[in-house]
Amino acid sequence: MNNLPLVELSKKATEIRIDILKMLNAAGSGHSAGSLGMADIFTALYFHILHHEAEDPLWEGRDRLFLSNGHIVPVRYATMAHAGYFPITHLKTLRKFGSELQGHPERMRIPALESTSGPLGSGLGQAAGYAYAARMDNKRFRTYCITSDGEHDEGNHWEAVMFAAKYKLANLTVFVDRNNIQIDGFTHNVMPMESLSEKYKSFNWNVVNIDGHNFPAILSSVEQARSEYQKPTVIIAKTIPGKGVYFMENKFEWHGKVPDDAQTKEAVKILTKQLKEYE
Amino acid sequence: MLNKTLKLSEQIFNKKISSIPIRDGFGEGLLSAGEQNDQVIVLTADLKDSTRATAFSEKYPERFIECGVAEQGMVTVASGMANYGKIPFICSFSAFNPGRTWEQIRTTICINNVPVKIGGLFVGVSVGPDGVTHQMLEDIALMRSLPNMIVLTPSDSIEAKKAVVLAASTGTPVYLRIPRAESPVYTTVDTPFEIGKAYTLWEEKNPEVVIISHGVMVYKSLLAAKKLSAAGFSCIVMSCPTIKPLDEQSIIHAAKIAGSVVVSEEHQAIGGLGSAVSELLSKNLPVPIEIVAVEDRFGQSGKPEELWEEYGLTTENIIAAAKKVVNRKRA
Repeated sequence: MNNLPLVELSKKATEIRIDILKMLNAAGSGHSAGSLGMADIFTALYFHILHHEAEDPLWEGRDRLFLSNGHIVPVRYATMAHAGYFPITHLKTLRKFGSELQGHPERMRIPALESTSGPLGSGLGQAAGYAYAARMDNKRFRTYCITSDGEHDEGNHWEAVMFAAKYKLANLTVFVDRNNIQIDGFTHNVMPMESLSEKYKSFNWNVVNIDGHNFPAILSSVEQARSEYQKPTVIIAKTIPGKGVYFMENKFEWHGKVPDDAQTKEAVKILTKQLKEYE
Repeated sequence: MLNKTLKLSEQIFNKKISSIPIRDGFGEGLLSAGEQNDQVIVLTADLKDSTRATAFSEKYPERFIECGVAEQGMVTVASGMANYGKIPFICSFSAFNPGRTWEQIRTTICINNVPVKIGGLFVGVSVGPDGVTHQMLEDIALMRSLPNMIVLTPSDSIEAKKAVVLAASTGTPVYLRIPRAESPVYTTVDTPFEIGKAYTLWEEKNPEVVIISHGVMVYKSLLAAKKLSAAGFSCIVMSCPTIKPLDEQSIIHAAKIAGSVVVSEEHQAIGGLGSAVSELLSKNLPVPIEIVAVEDRFGQSGKPEELWEEYGLTTENIIAAAKKVVNRKRA
């Protein structure tokens, strides 16, 4: 555990955003918008919420984090590097031949990723199965799952939503990255899904709505999940895709695109300036 | 002549040999596996009784999980459980699982390499009256192409029970292909069964053809061998209950002795054991091969016997294929 005090989380998230931009630029392909948008939640998870040990990645008592929308894995790699799982310089190997940092997360190469993902809609089922098995053995750790909003188009996801509710998996907490974009456009155009909150409530989940860039809100939402003993909790986090880089924010065109050298330079400049404001 | 070392049923060629649905053995296997290992869990997608999981659910209710009619949900939940350390058996009809769930199996079970055991029941045209949608004929092709997957196709209820118990102990993904139809119980509890082994059930001197089969076609192959023998054709009959990993050594050895091969299976001719044997022998020992299987068609409603006749899956079809392949060899 290397918990940071609340006031330092924003700074850490900005450092992580800078590394995300650099690694995506070096990779030449990947998903920028979602990775930047989820940097605050990943920072909160790895530097405040999760019980985990970078030196002992498979420590039995660790909380489990399943990333269902595997395409935003650059944010997970960058956060794990900052948390001490591997050197930050290693991030440049993203998507390169021979690297453990695969384009989409692969558990067999990095067991601490908990699972392999990329094809959407399958992460929640795995997290629910894991949480169910852990409860059978009275394990005390919690299981977390991160999903995108776009993957709520998938039937497989809703099958798992019903399963987790039926079996009252209160040891399961799900974050929905509600950034309103997916590859082909805005979610309300591609496949309307509102009211997501009402949907989960009617499926008998505990529902918490937050601003996904507000650290006190993120931390308190997790506390609300921990104090629920009858239902799984979903934290619907409103986020800004491309957060922190003005020319990427809220533009679905940046879902599956990476910045070129000039754009990376510009974006890193903005974020570096922001970093100084924290000092 | 029958291979006596395999301790096959003494009633093997008696017309009154008892016939039991192979799925009954699957259900007994679940019970035994559950008894031997408390990490074994059984999940179903609203098909508890049809998949013979009821007995397990009554004896071990705390280890039985009803997932509803949600095969993809069941696969991913089982993947999570296996990732944790449990040994989940997921039970449904093969047309739905793996038919509907192939991508979830590929990504969350095989790439993750976690020990989920996939029970695909109701395979082949012998599913019968339910018709084409439920008569799965493509499952072996789907499953044997996946890295890390073991594919087992037991040929009677006793073998099915052994297959389930062994599957629980592999530490890998396993697909168990289980027919619905009643099938003669030609093995005994003492008949050896190991994953990865093909067995020579019948062998004569100077054989001209080896007949390799799995599932409900094994017993028909034995009947064919007996008739062929009476007509002056000597042969070897092998059962191949593990499609993957294939017992390459035994198959090459038998093909070398006989010089020609018939593969019979209740599956599409494309992608099944016939394909696997052809891939093996074309590289190592190119001999004439005939495949007795469904020729790129879908099934329909009917009784199993009527459908086996219609789709060319009878003892007579095996005999005709054996004669044909021997003539090709001689030509």
